[in-house]
Amino acid sequence: MIVDLQQFIERERSIWEELDKVLTRIENQPIPLMTLEEVQRLHYLYERTGAGLMKISTFAAEPNLVRSLESLLTRAYAELQTGSSRNDNLSLRRWLFRTFPQTFRRHCRFFWMALLLTILGAFFGGAAVIFDPDAKVAIAPFPNLLQNPAERVKEEESKTNPMLATSKSRFSAMLITNNTKISILALALGVTWGIGTLILLFYNGVVLGAVIFDYVRAGQSVFLMGWLLPHGVIEIPAILIAGQAGLLLGQALIGWNSKENLAQRLRSVTGSLVILISGAALLLIWAGLVEAFFSQYHEPTLPYPFKIVFGLFEFAALLTFLMFAGRKAVPKFSGI
Amino acid sequence: MRTNTLVILTPEGIRFTQRLAGPVTRFLAFAIDLAAITLVSGIFSQFLSLAAVVSPDFVLAARTICYFVVTVGYSMLLEWTWRGQTLGKRVLKIRVVDAEGFRLRPTQIVIRNLLRVIDLLPAFYAIGGVSCVLSPKYQRLGDIAANTIVIYTAPEKIPDLELLFSGTYNSLRSHAHLAAQLRKSISPDEARLALEAITRRAELEPNSRLDLFRQLAQHLRSIVSFPEDALEGMTDEQYVRNIVDLLYRPAPP
Repeated sequence: MIVDLQQFIERERSIWEELDKVLTRIENQPIPLMTLEEVQRLHYLYERTGAGLMKISTFAAEPNLVRSLESLLTRAYAELQTGSSRNDNLSLRRWLFRTFPQTFRRHCRFFWMALLLTILGAFFGGAAVIFDPDAKVAIAPFPNLLQNPAERVKEEESKTNPMLATSKSRFSAMLITNNTKISILALALGVTWGIGTLILLFYNGVVLGAVIFDYVRAGQSVFLMGWLLPHGVIEIPAILIAGQAGLLLGQALIGWNSKENLAQRLRSVTGSLVILISGAALLLIWAGLVEAFFSQYHEPTLPYPFKIVFGLFEFAALLTFLMFAGRKAVPKFSGI
Repeated sequence: MRTNTLVILTPEGIRFTQRLAGPVTRFLAFAIDLAAITLVSGIFSQFLSLAAVVSPDFVLAARTICYFVVTVGYSMLLEWTWRGQTLGKRVLKIRVVDAEGFRLRPTQIVIRNLLRVIDLLPAFYAIGGVSCVLSPKYQRLGDIAANTIVIYTAPEKIPDLELLFSGTYNSLRSHAHLAAQLRKSISPDEARLALEAITRRAELEPNSRLDLFRQLAQHLRSIVSFPEDALEGMTDEQYVRNIVDLLYRPAPP
């Protein structure tokens, strides 16, 4: 038996057109909200169109008609199966002071893992510089780090840097974009089951360790702290948070101790990944501004104790924010 | 198993498919997007250079930030506002959708675009291309992480069969008993094949068109045999069209 296709189209056309109209209206809303009656009507239109598709697929398929109905059903299915609520409304304040720190704490075991890897890398880098001074050439990412620390400190403290005076904004922009690129890479390398992220974090630790051990050995600890702390206490945790996101992605791909399938695991972490990398990017903007406009000024322009205290204050503030922001107040026990 | 379609089976038992976009189409879309990014960055750069008189340092900083934001944000912004499409994807009629048919979420868009840095390595989308070729759903690494796929957008217009048969006289219609026998004997696949040949005949090469309709007419004649006087002067193509008319419009308006 072949269905009377033309008559079928004439009969069902109004249903399909109504479904298309409803879907277009929903799709044009940034946060779709429907009443119960609207949802019920959408569900009816969806089921009726689905039944129509099954009918023509069984008895008489006209390819364009089938594709049109499949397209309608795909759109309707997406809207019906994906719920939304008023909580989807974006609030920057709530996101910054609740969502971001809460997400950080929920996945903090990956942060500790990232920190441990970086510390291991730092010890490796330090050991490499101590036992093989030539290793500095291979490790140091910037030419000015190849200098003898004492000579560099003398040079930095004696010169008035004309380049820095006229290009602070550009330098800051370059630092922000470069560090954000590294953070994105730390996250993206998570797709290699986290191995790429682990290597990147370890390498960052190696560079950091080599520089720290080199300056400490040369007796330039105060200069080093005054130079690194103001921006480093924000920049390094930001990279670690990006690494945390990368390791979280890696864990979702591997699926240790999880009964969910890959799609479910990825679906459950994508929100956290975006929150973590966005938080890291915000921190890097601050770090970039501090590095360009504050860290690069040394004694006698800015006294080191002031820079060190500023850095420690930032670190304490960041730690307090990440550990305590967004925690629900525990109600006091009032007794019976 | 590798397939070029995504099959979605809903809890209600409805089954529908989406045609997946292959690596070549996607690469062409990316090339268009790359040109658009270069153009937009260039326009911003020219616009910002007007401020060089006031502060050259600010202009260089703004250019650096602007280029970075446009490069990273272009695809995210367009895929969010155009529901899974960028300029390149619009031109090539493809769209990003959730791999399980759900609504595409902004977080998925962000993740698939951030992971592009890996897909682009070491050059010319090599890793992404290889992943796309090897993946059963043509997914690059960013798509795998975000659980997204790229599909061809289907035609939205409902076809009008009336146009196919308007203004034509069907001499087979006068043999109602044979038409009824035909509808009873023909299989859905045979009917579908004849209908598809009629709707797509304009796309065929002249020789292929003649050959196809000759074979189809020969096969259809073997199912039900209409009297010679009803077939007089009728070409193979006209015969197939009249058969389709009988099958799909049993009672014409």
